[in-house]
Amino acid sequence: MLEIKNLHARIAEDETEILNGINLTVNPGEVHAIMGPNGSGKSTLSYILAGKDDYEVTEGEILFNGENMLEMEPDERAAAGMFLAFQYPIEIPGVATMEFLKTAMNAQRKARGEDPLSIPDFMKRVKAAASHLNVSMDMLKRPLNVGFSGGEKKRAEILQMSLLEPKLCVLDETDSGLDIDALRIVSEGVNKLRSPERAMVVITHYQRLLDHIVPDVVHVLSKGRIVKTGDKDLALELEKNGYADYVDTAA
Amino acid sequence: MPAVQETIDKVKAIDVDQYKYGFVTDIESEKGAKGLSEETVRFLSAKKSEPEWMTEWRLDALRRFQQMEEPTWARVSYPKIDFDDLYYWAAPKSVEGPKSLDEVDPELLETYAKLGIPLAEQEILAGVEPKNRVAVDAVFDSVSVVTTFKEELKKAGVIFCSISEALREYPDLVKKYLGSVVPVTDNFYATLNSAVFSDGSFVYVPEGVRCPMELSTYFRINEQNTGQFERTLIIADKGSYVSYLEGCTAPQRDENQLHAAVVELVALEDAEIKYSTVQNWFPGDKDGKGGIYNFVTKRGDCRGKNSKISWTQVETGSAITWKYPSCILRGENSRGEFYSIAVSNGHQQIDSGTKMIHLGKNTSSRVISKGISAGKSENTYRGLISAHRKASNARNFTQCDSLLIGQDCGAHTVPYIESKNASAQFEHEATTSKISDDQMFYCLQRGLSEEEAVALIVNGFVKDVIQQLPMEFAVEAQKLISISLEGSVG
Repeated sequence: MLEIKNLHARIAEDETEILNGINLTVNPGEVHAIMGPNGSGKSTLSYILAGKDDYEVTEGEILFNGENMLEMEPDERAAAGMFLAFQYPIEIPGVATMEFLKTAMNAQRKARGEDPLSIPDFMKRVKAAASHLNVSMDMLKRPLNVGFSGGEKKRAEILQMSLLEPKLCVLDETDSGLDIDALRIVSEGVNKLRSPERAMVVITHYQRLLDHIVPDVVHVLSKGRIVKTGDKDLALELEKNGYADYVDTAA
Repeated sequence: MPAVQETIDKVKAIDVDQYKYGFVTDIESEKGAKGLSEETVRFLSAKKSEPEWMTEWRLDALRRFQQMEEPTWARVSYPKIDFDDLYYWAAPKSVEGPKSLDEVDPELLETYAKLGIPLAEQEILAGVEPKNRVAVDAVFDSVSVVTTFKEELKKAGVIFCSISEALREYPDLVKKYLGSVVPVTDNFYATLNSAVFSDGSFVYVPEGVRCPMELSTYFRINEQNTGQFERTLIIADKGSYVSYLEGCTAPQRDENQLHAAVVELVALEDAEIKYSTVQNWFPGDKDGKGGIYNFVTKRGDCRGKNSKISWTQVETGSAITWKYPSCILRGENSRGEFYSIAVSNGHQQIDSGTKMIHLGKNTSSRVISKGISAGKSENTYRGLISAHRKASNARNFTQCDSLLIGQDCGAHTVPYIESKNASAQFEHEATTSKISDDQMFYCLQRGLSEEEAVALIVNGFVKDVIQQLPMEFAVEAQKLISISLEGSVG
């Protein structure tokens, strides 16, 4: 589903190199975890996948279901099934969460040549998805992310993810800012979306998220390169020994 | 001049889709002589068969106007207007007070159809729930041609007609209230309007009556080179209520057009007037050429105790907007409100805001202004909140937000606050923000196109004001704002 080949990228503004040759293949149904210390390029990778124009790809390619993803605009990638759960979800003042959901769902449907959802159909879907994530009607009426607690923001992200039904989910430090209960709710929400047709890339510092969302493959990212790949036990090992071993390897 | 005509044709050919309402209807027009003089005013007044006192009133205004200087304090710039190069009278020739739609020039009806005014669909309109009905007093150039729903309004005792008709049918009412809110000498443009006003609407809601429907006027400037000087007078007698909507479009053209309207509202004891405007006049082409000059004086007088006047405006058009809908809070416990969305794009210049003049005890006012600037436009909020000596416990809350789209536009806020009473409490909040790259990226990541993202964020920004509009116009206004901002990103 996702093939990243020898990806090199830098910050467009000051040309700081961030990614130095990433190779990664994610198949449908798989959950890959990407771990690594601060500044290793984890979030940059997620932004480049989503198409943020602060970064410049200097070498390599990204194929999404065989298509050259780097030639697609961010909204085209979204319509093609790429979803990024933001580490810091953005506030949209005055726009009710419900309204945002409807606009996003219909925008993607339009891009795919489908009819907009009828109001009852939309409401049915929202209500079902919201109840799993403990999202209240009241929260859906509030402007998106404005005044939301850390937990509410992340639940709203997963709510969007479940309603937009993406093929590839990239979760950027979804565990940051969550207490234990919120972590459990969010993780359950994510696990519900695991399916043989859907791939996930879970970016995190900490192993604790992976207790809930158990990955098939774990990668260690350091200085813009994948330095180690293993199964879920790799995450446990990292938790015990830290990143020191791998950071040195990369240097 | 053939050169000018050629330009007009070219602009029409190229730009016809740029401005949805850009067309000129080919109807024979009758024009008075060019230029501003006593003869012009007398001709105008005679054409409208006005009473002698009205002619004198106009002449007095003209004499005052000739001694006045054009104000320059607003943050707008434009070439000097030659008032002697304008026509002050134009009327569709074939129309002389038709009694029904059947008598109206079919081409005129076609124009309305293009504008989406449901005049020709009177039966359909009549089929709508009575409380949802919209009565339209259509102004075509200078003469009110058709008024719908007059009969039904009559039953309720509400007078809704052109001001020319009011001068004939209800001269005492007009004489009593005309110029009582905006005096003849109020300001340069208001004085000009007083001398040469062409036509406009008159509304009188009698004591205790709640007007059974929204009243609405569509303005349309059609005759090239004709200054349009609307005059509107609305009186809500004791304990009455009326909601009035003014919406307008204008044809595209290559010459600047002057518009200097005056609107006067009078609310007596316990009365309420809600006045909403959706303004979408030609803002000029891509290079800022053409476009309407809009110099408007709008003022409401809360004359009686517990009266209330509320202005809501959505301003998206005009090359230049100079407009400060205001409230004089004279009656004890009276309330004034001003809700505004001013969108500027391209080369538009807006200098707009409100004045809340607190004269009576326990008066309160609320100002919510949302300015959106894009392109190379300049958008200024100018507001005055004042409490006079006797205005004990006057209250005001002002919130003034500006949103910038792009790098080349400007937003300015000029609030004046004067308090001569120690018990007055005025609050002012102001913010300026930009649509951030992060917000755009977030929306795009969810699948919205750039234009959908801007429309969504802007509609969130203006939500507080949109909510104040009558339901059926809120949707239209949202669409209009999105259309106005098309092409502002990227």
